[in-house]
Amino acid sequence: MATLARLQARSTFLAQQYYFRNSVVDIFRKKEYDAAVKIQSWFRGCRVRAYLRHLHRVATVIQKCWRGYLGRQQYQLIVKLAFCSMKMNLYNAMAVRIQKQWRGYRIRKYCFNYFYYKEYLRAVSETNDAIREALEEFAEMKEREDKKADLERKEKKKGYEARKMHYLLSTKQIPGIYNSPFRKDPDPWELRLQKAKPLISQRPKVKKISVSVSNWPAYASPQVLPQPKILPPIDRKPCQGPFRDITEVLEQRYKPLEPTLRVAEPINELQAAREELRKQECMRNIHDDMFLPFSSYNKNKKYIPLMHSSSKYGPDSYGSQHFRDENPTKWLCNKEIKEDKI
Amino acid sequence: MSQRQVLQVFEQYQKARTQFVQMVAELATRPQNIETLQNAGVMSLLRPLLLDVVPTIQQTAALALGRLANYNDDLAEAVVKGDILPQLVYSLAEQNRFYKKAAAFVLQAVGKHSPQLAQAIVDCGALDTLVICLEDFDPGVKEAAASALGFIARHNAELSQAVVDAGAVPLLVLCIQEPEIALKRIAASALSDISKHSPELAQTVVDAGAIAHLAQMILNPDSKLKRQILSALSQIAKHSVDLAEMVVEAEIFPVVLTCLKDKDEYVKKNASTLIREIAKHTPELSQLVVNAGGVAAVTDCIGSCKGNIRLPGIMMLGYVAAHSENLAMAVIISKGVPQLSLCLAEEPEDHIKAAAAWALGQIGRHTPEHARAVAVTNTLPVLLSLYLSAESSEDLQIKSKKAIKSILQKCTYLPALEPFLYDAPPNILKHVVGQFSKVLFPWIFRNTSAESGQLPTTY
Repeated sequence: MATLARLQARSTFLAQQYYFRNSVVDIFRKKEYDAAVKIQSWFRGCRVRAYLRHLHRVATVIQKCWRGYLGRQQYQLIVKLAFCSMKMNLYNAMAVRIQKQWRGYRIRKYCFNYFYYKEYLRAVSETNDAIREALEEFAEMKEREDKKADLERKEKKKGYEARKMHYLLSTKQIPGIYNSPFRKDPDPWELRLQKAKPLISQRPKVKKISVSVSNWPAYASPQVLPQPKILPPIDRKPCQGPFRDITEVLEQRYKPLEPTLRVAEPINELQAAREELRKQECMRNIHDDMFLPFSSYNKNKKYIPLMHSSSKYGPDSYGSQHFRDENPTKWLCNKEIKEDKI
Repeated sequence: MSQRQVLQVFEQYQKARTQFVQMVAELATRPQNIETLQNAGVMSLLRPLLLDVVPTIQQTAALALGRLANYNDDLAEAVVKGDILPQLVYSLAEQNRFYKKAAAFVLQAVGKHSPQLAQAIVDCGALDTLVICLEDFDPGVKEAAASALGFIARHNAELSQAVVDAGAVPLLVLCIQEPEIALKRIAASALSDISKHSPELAQTVVDAGAIAHLAQMILNPDSKLKRQILSALSQIAKHSVDLAEMVVEAEIFPVVLTCLKDKDEYVKKNASTLIREIAKHTPELSQLVVNAGGVAAVTDCIGSCKGNIRLPGIMMLGYVAAHSENLAMAVIISKGVPQLSLCLAEEPEDHIKAAAAWALGQIGRHTPEHARAVAVTNTLPVLLSLYLSAESSEDLQIKSKKAIKSILQKCTYLPALEPFLYDAPPNILKHVVGQFSKVLFPWIFRNTSAESGQLPTTY
């Protein structure tokens, strides 16, 4: 009963509740229906989304793989290129290194070899110094030679003058001009005069004697025929005793003849000269006939006497018969000469 | 009258003629008498005496004519116009040696004045007879013929060619080998006159074998002979490289350098001319000259002479330095630059100064080292003053300007450039400033770029 009571107490409540619960169901039926729809749509949406997501995922995977494949291809290309360029860079760098070394070597060795250049310039300057020295020596030598020649010439001249002035040598009696008694030493000219050989008159020079019959005496003169020069014998021991020097003796013995003027000329010199002159005239003439005058007046040559010794009455005997005056006192007078008073 | 008296008349006339012709010949030796003689009509009086019977009178008349024609060209023209030449040429072939000498002397005297007179001599056929005279035994005749040929060939190339065509060159080379010094001199001078005009003529002379004989005679002590020989060799060498090489092959170096120390000024001048003509052709020949020590010898020679004698030596240094920088450096170490600057400063003549300026320019234009060597001797201010002075000739101004420009473009020696900043004209100043910038800018760049950022690189 109690439960019934409770049930009856709660019956209204139950009815209400039954009504409410049925109406609630109705009240909330739309809500629940909407809710269910929502849930279902959501769930469907979720399913589709999941499916889409799945599809996306799968598409992504495919695309990813494909893109990866493409990218790897690209990457390989890039790597290849990078590798090639790295290699080329390396080669270039090495080539540059080689070329650098080679060019430096070439320039240093062939075009501008600094050490060779320095060496060359040093050699050139050494040659220059050597040449300068040699030239100076040459110039000095030339000067010395010139001076020597000059001195020799002066000596020769002085020697010749000394020979010419030999007569000025001082004798025992008379001191010469260069040996004045008031001097301490004689003048150097004095010594030179003493040493000099006196100069005799010029020997007749050996004329080129033309070979002709007219000057036969020339054959006899010693100058025409070639004289062998007599040298002193070799290895002769000096003779013991007070003998003179052999060269002096030979010189004196074989002294060439210096004939006097009278002997040197042939005796018919004058005649020979006249013949020579006649021959020259003959040569110049066109023909040998003398130029004869037109008339033969030479045959009628009349003697023309001197005016002095001729007079009207014939020639004077003075000049042909006597040469002295007939009366020498003719023109003399005894009167003294009057002096004119000036 | 007697025969003797008639002959006496003829003798007197002959004596009178002889005396007249001898007196005229003697008077003609003095220049002051020649005017009077010319006015007295001596030419027309001498002409018939050339055909005289007596040989002595002929010879003396020819001698007198020669002396008169020697004096000036009016008289020489009178000789030509008076138709004396054909007679002379005809009798040259036949007469004795005194006449030949005198006639050759007349031909020389006429031919030396002008090319027209020389052409007149060639036209009357004198060349063949002169060449025949060259074969004569007497050295005096050979001398006279050689000097006549030399004077004719001196004027121009056609006359030289005519002389060569007459076959004179081999005979002249034979004459050079004769023992007489005067003959050698004249033959050498004739060869020099022939070969100076053109390379073909020089080649003809070389083909006759002249170079070997000429080179041997450089050692002869006679100065006048040396003058002529060196002149002949330089005229041969100047035309082309081959001829210069042939001259060098005759082993003239280093004998020629001894001639640079000779006492005679003209021997020195001709020797430096010869070396210049050899060195100017190619760098190899200049190298040869440098290796033989020629540069030092020429520098010393320049130092010991004055005036025009120096000029070939100065030009030689310029030619050597112009070929390459090694040779220019060789000139510098042979102390050539101080010598050249001395020449530039002390010579009064403009053409010598111009040559010295040119030579300095050639030395200094190669590298900064060379320019420094030139600038150190303080020649740049001298060059500048020569360029700016109004008294210098145009040639000197042009050459000094070129020299300054070429040296300045390489000069990095600042103390020498400083005076230029004050008194140089603008066209030179721009080069000076350019050089300053080249030297100073890297220094500035190096020392300031690290601290204060990058300076602009363009300037």
